[in-house]
Amino acid sequence: MSTIPANLSYTESHEWVLDNGDGTVTVGITDHAQQALGDVVFVELPEVGRELDAGEEFGVIESVKAASDLYAPLAGEVLEVNEALEDAPETVNESPYEDGWIAKLKPADITVLDNLLDADAYAQLAEEDD
Amino acid sequence: MSELNRTPLHDLHVELGGKMVPFAGYEMPVQFALGVKKEHEHTRAACGLFDVSHMGQVIVRGADPAGALEALVPADIVGLAVGAQRYALFTNDQGGILDDLMVVKGEDHLYLVVNAACKEQDVAHLRAGLGDDYEVEVLDRGLLALQGPQATTVMQRLCPAACDMVFMQHARFEIDGIAVWASRSGYTGEDGFEISVAASDAERLARRLLAEPEVEPIGLGARDSLRLEAGLCLYGHDIDTTTTPVEAGLIWAIGKPRRRGGEREGGFPGAELILQQVEDKDHTRKRVGLLGEGRAPVREGAELYSEEGEKIGVVTSGGFGPSVGKPVAMGYVAIEHAALDNQVFAEVRGKRLPMTIARMPFVTPGYYRG
Repeated sequence: MSTIPANLSYTESHEWVLDNGDGTVTVGITDHAQQALGDVVFVELPEVGRELDAGEEFGVIESVKAASDLYAPLAGEVLEVNEALEDAPETVNESPYEDGWIAKLKPADITVLDNLLDADAYAQLAEEDD
Repeated sequence: MSELNRTPLHDLHVELGGKMVPFAGYEMPVQFALGVKKEHEHTRAACGLFDVSHMGQVIVRGADPAGALEALVPADIVGLAVGAQRYALFTNDQGGILDDLMVVKGEDHLYLVVNAACKEQDVAHLRAGLGDDYEVEVLDRGLLALQGPQATTVMQRLCPAACDMVFMQHARFEIDGIAVWASRSGYTGEDGFEISVAASDAERLARRLLAEPEVEPIGLGARDSLRLEAGLCLYGHDIDTTTTPVEAGLIWAIGKPRRRGGEREGGFPGAELILQQVEDKDHTRKRVGLLGEGRAPVREGAELYSEEGEKIGVVTSGGFGPSVGKPVAMGYVAIEHAALDNQVFAEVRGKRLPMTIARMPFVTPGYYRG
């Protein structure tokens, strides 16, 4: 069983989005996703300042098993990336919702958050995935 | 889709939480609860138990089976002592590799272990190549690999006689009343044992071994990263019908008596081309080890380039080496770029990542040589 915090929004491609309340969001991958990937050995982070379209590939997570693309949950500019993952990619496994965050974005339109999945809908998706 | 085969340990894998995936026609555990990385580390530090029952176990009987098998493999089988095991290759007329295998010499027979995916083809090849005077029996037995520096600690308790064997020896023993055939060998670069057991006893033996505190069940994921760090080839990836033993750096698998000027020179498929390559070293590419400088794994299929941007080769196996702590890979490069410490570039997602041609194995082997 994986943890799915109620205060986050989710994508079908297993990213989570936290509304920071200041017009920015934080993005990472879900507990379910990190379990499915297995031990993460490398995270390719996007460049700060890059403008992302919704659904655009913006990075890659490599586990011992395979490479998996990261998709932008919404359109926006990359404000900051979690550089600690360069030396400690396993943080994505250990703390997917906190220390293992991937990037902070400034969404072009934050109201599109409402179009993402809520925790219940994501829980159902994760369950079907198993 | 055709039905997948199951090994005698299938139910035990499921009970232990193994994540089952299709592999070479079998339903096999890719990992258990520990996960690939911890399973890898546990095997290097303590002891792991692997189910390799999907591999083909074959007995060859007839007059002088060693002499007969030499018609199909370049290894020195005739010179092998009874109770000794040797690595061998089935070659084809073009000098390519049909499969790699282990050969044990018995008193009056040979015992072979071949790759799961090649098993049917190998048996047909053996029957056609050896002719009607030889019996080729495919055994319905389980095969377990107990690997790691503490494998001998475990065997010391359960089967002390097996600990008298050195690397690449084979004999029959009993473990807790179960008759087994064991060799001191494996596919991880560590000391360890490969244990063949009647299918009906396989689960009881596996449970007995897993009851020892050092032993954890290990899946195919860690098996692959362990053998990669040990510099061992995976058939169908690092060697196949398009690679010769010389290109693959497996000259050591061509017995001295089988080489030019040897007492049983040639006489195996592709001998002319292979022995000429051994002699003249005029092959144009070579299998090499590759060590990454960053953290991004470089996987099978990644193209390799020279500093000048010329395409010089391809990666045939690769990933992150948990014990090395860096990306490790093997692949083929043009011979002029194959020197140790030479820098090459692997293309990953459009980026050229620097890699160094490195000596294999990437880890120090733990083989017990007495």
